[in-house]
Amino acid sequence: MNIVIRKDQWINLAIIASALWFIWFASTHFDKYTVRILNNIAIFTILAVSYNLINGVTGQFSLEPNGFVAIGAYVTALLLLDGDAKEYQYDIEDPYPWVLGLQANFVWALFFAGTFSALLALTLSFPVFRVRGDYLAIVTLGFGFIIRILAINNPEITNGSLGLNDIPEFSNLYWTGGVAILAVIGILNVVNSKYGRAMKAVRDDEDAAIAMGVNTFKIKTFAFCTSAFLEGVGGGLLAALLTSISPDLFTFFFTFQLLIIIVLGGLGSTTGAIIGTVLVIGGAEWMRFLDEPMNFGLFETPAMPGMRMVVFSIILIFVMLFAREGIMGKRELTDLFKRKGKK
Amino acid sequence: MILELKGVTKKFGGVTAINDTTFTVNSKEIYGLIGPNGAGKTTMFNIITGNYQATEGEVLFRSEKLNGLKPHTIVRKGIARTFQNIRLFKTMTVMENVLIGFDFQANYTYLESIFRFPRFFGEEKRIRKRAMEILDYFGIAEFADTKATDLSYGQQRKVEIARALATNPALLLLDEPAAGMNPAETKELATLIRSAREDFDLTVLLIEHDMKFVNQLCDKVLVLDYGKTIFEGKPADAIQDKEVVAAYLGDFAHD
Amino acid sequence: MDFLEFTQQLVNGFSLGSMYALIAIGYTMVYGVLRLINFAHGDIMMVGAFLGYFGMAVLGLPFVAAVLLAVVGSASLGMLTDKVAYKPLRDAPKISLLITAIGISFFLENIFNVLFGGTSRAFPVPEYMEYIINAGGIIFTVASLMVPIVTLMLLAMILWVLYKTKYGMAIRALAFDVNTVNLMGIDANRIIMIVFGMGSALAAVGGIFWAVSYPSVEPMMGVLIGLKAFAAAVVGGIGSVGGAVIGGFIIGFTEVVVVAFLPEYGGYKDAFAFVLLILVLLFKPTGILGINFDKSRF
Repeated sequence: MNIVIRKDQWINLAIIASALWFIWFASTHFDKYTVRILNNIAIFTILAVSYNLINGVTGQFSLEPNGFVAIGAYVTALLLLDGDAKEYQYDIEDPYPWVLGLQANFVWALFFAGTFSALLALTLSFPVFRVRGDYLAIVTLGFGFIIRILAINNPEITNGSLGLNDIPEFSNLYWTGGVAILAVIGILNVVNSKYGRAMKAVRDDEDAAIAMGVNTFKIKTFAFCTSAFLEGVGGGLLAALLTSISPDLFTFFFTFQLLIIIVLGGLGSTTGAIIGTVLVIGGAEWMRFLDEPMNFGLFETPAMPGMRMVVFSIILIFVMLFAREGIMGKRELTDLFKRKGKK
Repeated sequence: MILELKGVTKKFGGVTAINDTTFTVNSKEIYGLIGPNGAGKTTMFNIITGNYQATEGEVLFRSEKLNGLKPHTIVRKGIARTFQNIRLFKTMTVMENVLIGFDFQANYTYLESIFRFPRFFGEEKRIRKRAMEILDYFGIAEFADTKATDLSYGQQRKVEIARALATNPALLLLDEPAAGMNPAETKELATLIRSAREDFDLTVLLIEHDMKFVNQLCDKVLVLDYGKTIFEGKPADAIQDKEVVAAYLGDFAHD
Repeated sequence: MDFLEFTQQLVNGFSLGSMYALIAIGYTMVYGVLRLINFAHGDIMMVGAFLGYFGMAVLGLPFVAAVLLAVVGSASLGMLTDKVAYKPLRDAPKISLLITAIGISFFLENIFNVLFGGTSRAFPVPEYMEYIINAGGIIFTVASLMVPIVTLMLLAMILWVLYKTKYGMAIRALAFDVNTVNLMGIDANRIIMIVFGMGSALAAVGGIFWAVSYPSVEPMMGVLIGLKAFAAAVVGGIGSVGGAVIGGFIIGFTEVVVVAFLPEYGGYKDAFAFVLLILVLLFKPTGILGINFDKSRF
């Protein structure tokens, strides 16, 4: 039978407890460099599991993350910096009075970051999901560009290309890890509900889903806005981690990284998204050497910045051609413990 | 009178797929739409389900006009359908496929599912119980957690019908349900449809090629040829009608 | 704004629009036969531009030879991409194809970045192209005159191929129904490869024109141009070659005219294509020449 099983609940609680313990342990025992990487992994986990919701679970190809993460980062930064800090650093143009007045504590800042992103996603949903077609990808790609252009061309709000600096460093493993845990739980709760079922139905066969009474426009919008919300929150956490943001941080490569993460982990699997994040973010650190000059003993190669990106794209193409299901396919961790019926 | 089509015409550009068709399906009838390939039967279905809009004419369901309504709305009014080439959700289990049919009847909101309010658990339990009952009825309860596409063709057909029944329809549209089945399976299907009609209080409209199946099952048939109605009445009489035979002559010659 | 200035901008817009149109045709044709947005298409344009640069600056070829090199090189690359990366995924879910296309796009951008560096290289424009003609106050360079003329010639050629040849008919048939085409004994895969070849060749020409008009090439040049060209294809009516051209001209004109007459919005010039795209999706999703592809899936 398929009702909530006792055994599953215990496993879930155990996983959460271990994660919480790990957060405490890492914060108190690991060195700064490792903690920095773990913070990154936590934030990217939030981004990956939400990106996976629209792309993998609902099957709607989207390139939205860099746009919404940028929005979340800027909203949070503007709310965390106080009036004096803003007056001091806005060099291109003086900030608008209302910009100076923006202030909120960290929790509200993150909440507004997420909500504002979700609202923007809602407005994008109308032209895009109303129409049958693959326009989501192009529109979200363009959206990311537009956000950057807006950030650069409105220095009274964003300080233009100079970006915002000296953002209070609120993010630590408790915040990033904590939000990551909540995000994963939230997403899994959606997936294991009628909404998640409907999203998968839209992915598998949209016309059949409609024939079963699913309001596919509504479902796609829910998925998209949820992704946007969490991406906004993730952006806020990122801003408070890096303490410095600028338009150049949120380029298409940002989205591309997330794409590799969810494809590698298994498009449609939340567990896969987590695994993918650890592998790619951890791996990217490890792969830094590719950008440097390398000594192979017999010969040396010069510094090739961008070689990392070439390797990333080759990995992506390979996975798509030869291992399309990624590591987890569409399965979750709990599916591995089930041995029912056939396959 | 459950379903009424009045003067329905459907044109695609220069082609007239359905030409001024009028018929009525009465409550609890099993009504067959038959005709050679390309006669416009599936198009007729698509107009009833709202996937196509009739160029002219009206479609009335329980005296309510369906023209202009969106497909998912029409489903919620009580019309469900299956597809000619079984379209189950490939990545989901049998149970999940059937649950999709119930989902618009489950009363909890998006936020309630994220935060796992009590209503979520109550509603999920309720629809899972009902889903199990339907699977039981079709004799496939044991496959509830199996991936839908792992089942045999005949079983998949049952899942599809179960899924359609989950939407609690008053009218069930079956598109060539016996396609690809051998005589034994066909007979079983006919029995199943007849009992489902009683037990689920259904009216059935079906498209079929298999005349034996139609004979066994249908109370009335409508014969279409190139979008035009050439006969309406009992299946036994249809086979005798000259025009029907002429239209089908090509088909019979190949059988 | 006086008449002279307006006409001047018109000419500039024509030039820019032509380049978008050439690239948009490739997008629209591939979308027509495969329902795929070939993200790598803008980068194929970049490769064409680079091949032209390579031909002229490194190999010292005359202009026409360099163009030929670019066209043949890009067409081959386009067909190769289809054969190696898209064809194996013909039956896969659409999203796999789109992701692969992004992967190819990213790969091309970065491999060129690694090999040639990210800084722009100046394209050696042949002297006669920079020769200035003054027609009653309106200033053209030969280049800005040549671009639209050649574009229209190429467009005529494409339309002739599509409507007067056997292959063209097969391409148009493919846009409507893959299965029927296969049943009629035409190898759909071969037709698709031809489409890639044609689209990529045109993109290469567009790339060379771009390199001549804004004389520089750099690995990321295909990104923004590609995005706008796709928007142009949608605005004009996706799947329609005429639509791609109309869309290209509309986007080109808008960019030039707004920058010239509303300079305070200059920083937003790259956003117009996107705004037009959203507007079209809101009010007439099938685009200006509106072909509706939604044939029955039932």
